[in-house]
Amino acid sequence: MKNAMTGAEMIIHALQQEKVGAVFGYPGGSIIDVFDKLYSADVPFFLTRHEQAACHAADGYARASGKPGVVITTSGPGATNIVTGLATAYMDSIPVIAITGQVPTHLIGNDAFQEADIVGITRSITKHNFLVQSVDELPRILKAAFYIATSGRPGPVLVDVPKNVQQARTTVPYPESIEIRSYKPTVQGHPQQIKKVAEEIKRASRPVLYVGGGAVSSGAAEEIRELAEKCDIPVTTTLMGLGIFPETDERSLKMLGMHGTVYANYAVQECDLLIAVGARFDDRVTGKVEKFAPKAEIVHIDIDPTTIRKNVQVKLPVVGDVKAVLAELLRIVEPKKHREWMEQIKEWKKNYPLYYRENGKIQPQMVVQTVAEMVKHEAIIATEVGQHQMWTAQFYDFVEPRTFLSSGGLGTMGYGFPAAIGAQIARPDKLVIDMAGDGSIQMNIQELATAVLYNIPVKVIIFNNQSLGMVRQWQGMFYNRRFSNTCLRKSKFCPKVCTGLENAPCPDFYVPDFVKLAEAYSAHGFYAEKPEDVRPTLEKAFSTPGPVFVEFKIDKEENVYPMVPAGAPLNEMIRGMA
Amino acid sequence: MRHIINVEVENNAGVLARIAGLFSARGFNIESLSVADTESKEISRMTLVVRGDDAIIEQVNKQLNKLIDVIRVVDVTKNYYVERELALVRVNCPPNKRGEVQQINEIFGAKVVDISPKSMTMEMVGSEAKVEAFLETMRPFGIKEAARTGPIAMLRESKKIG
Repeated sequence: MKNAMTGAEMIIHALQQEKVGAVFGYPGGSIIDVFDKLYSADVPFFLTRHEQAACHAADGYARASGKPGVVITTSGPGATNIVTGLATAYMDSIPVIAITGQVPTHLIGNDAFQEADIVGITRSITKHNFLVQSVDELPRILKAAFYIATSGRPGPVLVDVPKNVQQARTTVPYPESIEIRSYKPTVQGHPQQIKKVAEEIKRASRPVLYVGGGAVSSGAAEEIRELAEKCDIPVTTTLMGLGIFPETDERSLKMLGMHGTVYANYAVQECDLLIAVGARFDDRVTGKVEKFAPKAEIVHIDIDPTTIRKNVQVKLPVVGDVKAVLAELLRIVEPKKHREWMEQIKEWKKNYPLYYRENGKIQPQMVVQTVAEMVKHEAIIATEVGQHQMWTAQFYDFVEPRTFLSSGGLGTMGYGFPAAIGAQIARPDKLVIDMAGDGSIQMNIQELATAVLYNIPVKVIIFNNQSLGMVRQWQGMFYNRRFSNTCLRKSKFCPKVCTGLENAPCPDFYVPDFVKLAEAYSAHGFYAEKPEDVRPTLEKAFSTPGPVFVEFKIDKEENVYPMVPAGAPLNEMIRGMA
Repeated sequence: MRHIINVEVENNAGVLARIAGLFSARGFNIESLSVADTESKEISRMTLVVRGDDAIIEQVNKQLNKLIDVIRVVDVTKNYYVERELALVRVNCPPNKRGEVQQINEIFGAKVVDISPKSMTMEMVGSEAKVEAFLETMRPFGIKEAARTGPIAMLRESKKIG
């Protein structure tokens, strides 16, 4: 066949046509043909040490760059290892394209070696997925995968390619564009609805903008800023929305929800108009949903109609791309001032600021503030999941979108480090930092090899409280200090029942030694346990080339406040330790 | 409220699993589901019977539309529609009861498709409610076996015909 390409060649060709800037993955028997083509192809490929990390790295690359991330793995265990990564990307609407090898079509269903029904397994954690039955449909499916992943509400798409399809030849070209009759996302909002939003804004005297990750993926930072200014509306963001509006601005209420600021939660509970933009009323945001924003009319702008009225009743829905809808709204909305309301907010900010108490030990919040000061809020910050994630969200003032990368929806420990690696590849010009807990970092710590070998200079700051701190916090607050299996010093020498107190008769032995571990990987490691050493240690770390681990010993009794207990209304916050 | 929802889908492998998976993952209850080709080989039609309040039905509708393979979702119960279900019903029927069973068949428009010294088997076509009424009426004879397709439905072309 003249001009024929093998399926494997077509996959490489598609990556090039789509101008994919980085591919992450791990080889194996069922994907060996694709790796054979990668051997000599001009595609920037990064070999990780675990497929899950490859998927998180592709996700981090996508979040930092706004372009799709690509991960390639083999069948069976290679494919099942990316399940957590796909679910992470799905919950946070991140465009990731996963290409997995599959056993040859004649063996599918035979329990062949390294066979798994990955299309069945990932159906509910991908935006869409495909099993390629013949090489002639491969070009169209690959094009569709990129289109589906990046359009509408973005999300991960998996393409499962049997080995014989990779080897077979096709003359079908890679399409330039694609039309899918059953998939047509709404971009422009309904003009009539947008007009009504403008009227609501005109009527309201205590409005709040509640902005989520949808505004980030839509690229609507400018529009949010303009709207906040033009109509004098304070802005609170979700965890996923951090950075879409500068938190240094006087109109910023910072984050709302379970660990949000007191003033953001008060503002939401007292507002008479809540404009939700690319947000989905997650339970961590709303608290007790029946008592959420009880005095407000709710406007909801989102590209995904299923998010509308899923959790809360909405007076005025607008389905469409956030950027397009806000641009139209800005054209017609009248300028406004809300002096009284802004005064009230100023007062709440003064009376209930975020705070922590100094006690001679390293305060994690102080570390976050010091980092923010040192990098002038210009770094890209990835986090793992837990207390350190919330301290970072609270105490680092984010001023730009795509500078905070965190597993918001799924809450995946082990996400941050590989995501930071992906982000650093996307943004070589930026300082990239992974804020980590000592629990989370151990879930993908093997990627230090990837970081060292590719010279990816990610700085990992480990807040070591020798605990799974967030669960420990719940056990302390709601489970009568029954610290079941949240101590990472737990060993066979421990007493049956541990109160977690300072004088507990347990051996003071913690593994690993993160500094030595970094050195074992030929990276650099630093350690500090005194508050006055925090800044000098960070200075050393930031000026050291290549990947660096920085370990700060922190107090395990340090908790995240404020906190809205699960199931309580937003205004019933625990503001701190008595 | 009971809703009959027609879903036109691309006839791709796994599309039934996608729809069934959506219902189980989101906790929606399907009462019945029937699937077959339409006039086009590329498109299948699924007819779902779902119970739920307005909020649930709105979510069912939207979530179905969100699936990439779904072309169109129509809640026929929001409009004038025709609905039919096919049932095969085998009842205990010694020869001396045949007349009695046959009388009921006539009332319901059911047709005998199999007969033996001990039983009679009917095919019965009608709305779900009518099929249920038929089964109820046959129950005293002793229903040996019943198989039902679940309803399929179509909007009426003219709304005036009620």
